[in-house]
Amino acid sequence: MGLYNDKVMDHFMNPRNVGELENPDGTGVYGSPVCGDMMQVQIKVENDVIVDAKFKTFGCGSAIASSSMATEMIIGKTIDEALAISNKTIIDELGGLPPVKVHCSVLADHAIKCAIYEYAEKNGKKYKGLEGFDPNEEEDDHDHVAEE
Amino acid sequence: MAEYKNVYLDYSATTPVKEEVLKEMIPYFIEHYGNASSLYTIGLESKSALDKAREQVANLVGASPKEIYFTGSGSEADNWALESTAFDMRAKGKGNHIITSCIEHHAVLHTCEYLEKQGFEVTYLDVDKEGFVSPEDLEKAIKDETVLISIMFVNNEIGTIEPIKELAEVARRHKVLFHTDAVQALGNVEIDVKDLGVDMLSMSAHKIYGPKGQGALYIRRGVRISNFIHGGAQEMGKRAGTENMAGIVGFGKAAEMARTNLDNHIRHCSELRDYLVSEIEKKIPKVFVNGSRKHRHPGNANITFEYIEGESILLLMDMYGVAVSTGSACSSKSLNPSHVLSAIGIPHEMIHGSIRFTTGDYTTKEEIDFAVEKLVEVVEKLRELSPVNSEKGWN
Repeated sequence: MGLYNDKVMDHFMNPRNVGELENPDGTGVYGSPVCGDMMQVQIKVENDVIVDAKFKTFGCGSAIASSSMATEMIIGKTIDEALAISNKTIIDELGGLPPVKVHCSVLADHAIKCAIYEYAEKNGKKYKGLEGFDPNEEEDDHDHVAEE
Repeated sequence: MAEYKNVYLDYSATTPVKEEVLKEMIPYFIEHYGNASSLYTIGLESKSALDKAREQVANLVGASPKEIYFTGSGSEADNWALESTAFDMRAKGKGNHIITSCIEHHAVLHTCEYLEKQGFEVTYLDVDKEGFVSPEDLEKAIKDETVLISIMFVNNEIGTIEPIKELAEVARRHKVLFHTDAVQALGNVEIDVKDLGVDMLSMSAHKIYGPKGQGALYIRRGVRISNFIHGGAQEMGKRAGTENMAGIVGFGKAAEMARTNLDNHIRHCSELRDYLVSEIEKKIPKVFVNGSRKHRHPGNANITFEYIEGESILLLMDMYGVAVSTGSACSSKSLNPSHVLSAIGIPHEMIHGSIRFTTGDYTTKEEIDFAVEKLVEVVEKLRELSPVNSEKGWN
């Protein structure tokens, strides 16, 4: 009986898509070590489809597992599909996180949006899922009561 | 996971009950079940076991048995000392000001916060970079209304041993009662309440290879504080409730063993702790020790591993069977990083990467070697995963 379920532990112990891309089409960084977690995610986009993604994360077990799961979820998806992913869908894919760790999944969700935002800016693209999104917005002080 | 070895390096969290201690406890469940308040034979047998345990605990801290009151935990002892003293002194019109430090255990800090809600004023003394409370700062903080000073003996996170004798001397000079939470000090540093000049001192059995759920409060003869649990005449009427005989007997035996074994214990724990620290410093770059190198709990090592987070380290070490603890916010239910490491000026990002190791009587050099070997792997793995590193810096 551990803190996390088997799926979370598997993604924490054997994280997928770790590293950095050579010429990323978009890079997103979210969080800060001061707050206890920070994620960098890079994406490669071809014809509006995310063909590759890599991440690096400073953080606890659930932050790393959420990062790993999130990158796995976006690879092969269109930008619009990727933007539709919320922290809730990441948690569901992980089979649940302890309530106190829910904010860790927000990290991955935001970092991905930041990476797509950079890609959209560089390529002059507009996506519905990015409306109202501000990558420089302060981390919301770890919204402890985020959706579960 | 390939290699697994149970290596317990968290003796400050709790300790296993020593076999000799358990052996003494067991008869008090089935055989000697008498109520120590009863006047027939099996009751009297319990009473004499209670007296013996009280003497054993008293001997460990240089007190008289009549000055030892058994409680359900170290936290209860802290709550009792602070609450009863505060309310009594205010009722007597002596004042409503309490002084403590900002690195206390939550048993003291949260009791102080409760007392603030009850209208008391509390001063939380700052500490220096190694976690020391200064007697000069204490003296400056004392006011006419000050009724109680509570400073911990040994810090539970960074192991700093506070200058209790000097601090208690300041309190005595100003005629203010002095309490110390000695839960981490007991069995790890020499304690003589008479020499220290403290008025009250909190203890716990499970940190010295005794059972959980058993504590005690030393109250110096002549110091009167209100009863904490109202009911029967147990503990001289101050703390009612039929005695936890097995727990008390276990605490007594553990205290006796801690006293006779103190020098060996200190030598054993500190040698292995020093070895652990030097091995880590030798084999892992970008680490630093938090707290004092000199005046420190013999088994405690609190180390920050830069660029990675503590809960991840803890979980990966656990996969190899190695048990340690962390000051990272992510491991705490409150999501706040360690208040102790914050108080000694460690930046938050480095607090998240802090790990506390504590060696104990059963720690071996082989265990340290295994733990360090795994730690090297774990730190390397997490640093590869981390977006921050020594080249990029913290941003």
